[in-house]
Parts: sequence; C-alpha cells; structure tokens
Amino acid sequence: MVEAVLCVVRRDLLLAWRRRSDIATALLFFIIVASLFPLGIGFEPNLLRAIAPGVIWVAALLSSMLSLSRLFAADHADGTLEQMLLGASPLGVIAAAKAAAHWIVSGLPLALIAPLIALQYDLPAALTPVLALSLLLGTPVLSLIGAIGAALTLGVRGGGILLSLLVLPLYVPVLILGAGSVEMASAGMGGDGQLLLLAALLVASCAFAPWAIASALRISME
Amino acid sequence: MLEASGLQCARQGRTLFRSLTFSVAAGERLRIAGANGSGKTSLLRILCGLLAPNEGEVRWKGAPIGTLKEEYTKEIVYLGHAPAVKDDLTPAENLEISCKLAGLTVKADAGLARLGVPADVPVRKLSQGQRRRAALARLAVSESVPLWLLDEPYAALDTQAAATVDALIAAHAARGGAVIFTTHQETGAGASRVLELHG
Amino acid sequence: MNWFWYASPQTFDPLAGRMAPWFALAAALLAAAGLYVGFFVAPTDAQQGEVYRIIFIHVPAAWLSMFIYLVMAFWAALGLAFNTRLSGMMASALAPTGALFTFIALWTGSLWGRPTWGTYWVWDARLTSELVLLFLYLGFIALQAAIDDPRRADRAGALLAIVGAVNIPIIHYSVVWWNTLHQGASVSVTRGASMQSQMLIAMLLMALGFWMYSIAVTLVRVRCIMREREA
Repeated sequence: MVEAVLCVVRRDLLLAWRRRSDIATALLFFIIVASLFPLGIGFEPNLLRAIAPGVIWVAALLSSMLSLSRLFAADHADGTLEQMLLGASPLGVIAAAKAAAHWIVSGLPLALIAPLIALQYDLPAALTPVLALSLLLGTPVLSLIGAIGAALTLGVRGGGILLSLLVLPLYVPVLILGAGSVEMASAGMGGDGQLLLLAALLVASCAFAPWAIASALRISME
Repeated sequence: MLEASGLQCARQGRTLFRSLTFSVAAGERLRIAGANGSGKTSLLRILCGLLAPNEGEVRWKGAPIGTLKEEYTKEIVYLGHAPAVKDDLTPAENLEISCKLAGLTVKADAGLARLGVPADVPVRKLSQGQRRRAALARLAVSESVPLWLLDEPYAALDTQAAATVDALIAAHAARGGAVIFTTHQETGAGASRVLELHG
Repeated sequence: MNWFWYASPQTFDPLAGRMAPWFALAAALLAAAGLYVGFFVAPTDAQQGEVYRIIFIHVPAAWLSMFIYLVMAFWAALGLAFNTRLSGMMASALAPTGALFTFIALWTGSLWGRPTWGTYWVWDARLTSELVLLFLYLGFIALQAAIDDPRRADRAGALLAIVGAVNIPIIHYSVVWWNTLHQGASVSVTRGASMQSQMLIAMLLMALGFWMYSIAVTLVRVRCIMREREA
C-alpha cells in the first residue's frame, strides 16, 4: 500500500516535472494576483500591512483551485484513472496520494514564496513565519477538499467554473483560520490557537477526504 | 471462474441488455460481439466492476465482486477503449507504473520488446498503433493474472501486432487463464465461444 | 411495516399526490395564524418599534434554511447507502426550497438591518453563515443541473450534500470566531432576552407554517421530477 502511494506521488511529480511550465504558471498567477491589490487600493503602508494576510490567503486559495481541474481530468481522458480504480490498493489510498502530489506541486511552493510577497506588503518580519506556517498547514486541506470537487465535476459541462462554485464555500474555514492566525499574531495575541485549529482541520480532512474523493471518483466514472 | 447472472444495463434511459446470464470457465476465450452501441463496452465495465448493473450481479469464484473489491481487481487485467498510457512518460515508465498499481513487479523491457515498442521514447512521439501496442504490452507481463478483459484489443493494430496479441491470448487460455474480449470485426483471435449482444 | 415499500417512486407517487394538498392547507392556516399573532397580538418592541416584526419571517426562514440542508443530507445519505432512487429525487426536490428560505433570510435580514444598523449589509456572523449556506445550495443545484445522467446527478449531489453538511458546523464556528476577531455588530437579529411569549408563539407558528409549506412544495416537486425522468 505504501508502495502504491509512493508510486502515484512519484508518477504525478514526474508528470508535473515534464510539464513544469504548468507549475510556474500557477505560481506566477499567485504572485500577480497578490501584486494587483496594491495597484487597486493604493500603497498606504498601514493599509497594506492590515490586508496582507487576507490578500495572500485569497490569492493562495484561487491559485490552488486553478490547478485542481487538471488533477483528475488528464488521467480520466487517457484512461489511466480507470486503471487506478482497478488497482490492487484501495482507491482512497490512491486518492490521498493524488491529493498529496497536488499539494507538493501547487501548495508547497505557495508557502515557500509567500514570505517574498509578505515583503511587498511590508509585513513585520516576526509575522512571516506565522504566515508560512499557516500556509503549510492550510494548503494541504485545500488540496484534499478541492480534490472532492475535482472528482465530482469530472467530465461535466463547464467543469472548471462549477468546481470553483462547489469548492470555494468549503474553503471558508481554512481562509478564516489561516488569515486569522496572522492577524492574531500581529495583534500580539499569538496565532497558536488558530494554527492548532488549522492542524486539526488538516488531520480531520486527511481522515475523511480520501474516502469522499474515492466515492466521488466511483460516482463520476460509472 | 466468473459468473454473470441476470445482468441488466440501461444507459441514458435506453436499455442495452437485460437478463444476461453466462459464465466463463478457466481456459475459455469469450468474444463479445454486437453492433456499435449494443453495450459491449458497458458489459466489460460491469464485469470489471467499474459500472454497477441496474439488475443482476457478477460473481468471481462464487463471491459477488462488489464485496471482493481489491481481492477481485488483483485478479483481472482490464484494457479499455483509451490506451491508459501517459503521453509524457516513456512506454517503459508507463508499464512499470501500471503494473505497480496492479500489484505486480515486472520486467517492463521484455514485455515491450514482445510487442515491438521502443522503451525509452516519450509516448507523445509514437504513432497511434504504437500507443496501442504500448498499452497491450501489459498483457505480455500479466501471465499470472487469471482473467483478462479486453475492449477492442485489435483496434488500430497491423497484422503483425494482431498476430502477437492472438498468440498472447491463446497462450493465456492454454495455461488456464480466461479471456473476455470485444471486437466488432470477425477477424481476430479464435474465440472458444461468442456472446452476441443485440441492441 | 416495510418502509422500503414506499421507497419506490411508483408507490410513493400517489401517496405524495394525496398528502400534498393537506400539507399546503396546514401551511396556509399556520402561516395566517402566525402572521396574525405576529402583527396584531405581539406588542411593539420598546427599542426597535414596529420594524422588529420582520423577525417573524426572518428567523423561521433562517431555521428552515439550515434544517432543510440537514434533511437534504439525510436523504442523500440514505440514497447512497441503500441505492434507493426516491432519496435522490427528494434531495433534488428539497434544494430549491432550501435556497429560497436562505435567500428570504438574507433579504429580510438586510431589510431589518437598514433601519436598525443604518446599513443593508453587516458582516454579522449569522448573516455571513447564511450567505455561505446559500452558496452551498447553489453549488448543489448547479452540480445537479450540469450532469445529464440522472443517476450520476443524484449520487454526485448526494456526496456534495454530505460533505457540505459535515462542513456547515465548521464553517459556522469559524465565521463566529472571525466575527469576534473583527469586533462585528454586537446587536444580533434575535435577542432571546427580551423575547415575550407572544413573539415566541408567532415565531413558532410561522416556523411550523414554513415547514408544512416545504413539505407540500417538495412533494409536488418530487412528483414533477418523477414524471420528467419517466418520460
């Protein structure tokens, strides 16, 4: 079973690497969206500092969602998804591996690059680790929940937009806790509580989402 | 080995077949024939458990496949319409990955050589026929898997590759495996039995 | 008694046809009584004056909007577990009514907010939760509308409804926490403390009326869905 997980993760990373321009596009999208806000509302430093956590988190949400529609679509089109359904290991395990690979490709880079964006927004240096940590804990939840939506909308008319309609409302708690942890820390109250809650969300979605993704895939593949 | 009883399948509000009952024993080669849209692919998908029949059930060695789950999928090879190879990987990588997912450890190169597919060129650069061969190479390394379910294995193959597939199927049946396959043309493997679907 | 006997659309259809008018009648009577008590019997509020009377529509609508989502998820879970066709139809039939009540709750909340808070929209925890709930309903309806195969539409919708129902408490509590973080309005739409018994009676009557209305409309809609699919 561990072998199957490693096999799927390695496969998806290899595929992503051979199409690395796609990863770069999602990352660039994140940076551009985050850079647009100062252009839209001005560069008053206090204002920027106040909105930074929210803006960075919303940009992360959108960027992680953009790559979701590709998560199963290509495997569906070329038939490899059917082979995964007929594999020797439970589908939930495969689903978790797919979500993990999606996170490594689309979530992890966001957490790594967010400190740079934080500089643009003049976020105090003490808050940067909190921001990065909140993204590290929160983006896997986005990948796991998003994969449910991606599996449900597989091969459906207007799948991409529909996917965002399904998934974004479910992202609300992650957004609130993620951005909130940074705001709490900046108010001097410490964001630990929110980070712990994010971690709890991560654990809960690791436990339940793979099952839901697997059922969604079975439903969509009939 | 495999028994289907009272299968009924409706797609898009149209009944494709009903009360379909048959069984497949070791060493049998069952060809499913029928016109386009008569439900050949749906039947194969039901037999491998991807599709739930509206009525009836499929049993593997006496147990319904719905309860066996991975215990059953370990015992089958299903090659569907789509070749199930990734364009960005080489045939060797494709074969190794699909076998690992199926729980087999194999020598990919031998299988690919049997079908005459180059091992280390990205699939993107191969022709349609070579892609099919890269997919069918899975059969050359699946001797130990008892049941093969093949959807149109001869499509887009030249006579030489078709003969190789024939030989693979015949050898599998000879060693006690079972093969269920669909074709719409009369050519192709000597089937020990034909099941005709009337739309 | 075999409950699954009624799970088949053929046997449920005539039953639904016979029951729907009675629920509609009950809805009309209860709503009329609730409106009478709410507008003529219940006293004028000391602080808010007459405008508070909108809660007799707002609060029951908000209750029903959440309750219907749970009922929908319940039918969805039944449908996935027992593979009964009727369950999926019930879930699809409930969704528009749920979305309607969510919308009414938002609309009346905003109408109430204008004279009370001086603005049509306040990022109040309840209103924000209702807004997210509306998005969840619309997502469910959009997903079902986008899938042509009714069986897949039912099952996909069912899974989404269950995932949504699991998430609703998490969403609600995170929104409540977010609201306190940003020190939102301290006045809440329902203030249990100053509630008088006539007000409570009016609200309960309205809630029961809305409930009966939901059942009546859902039964009618489920019969429509059955006819659509048979054709």
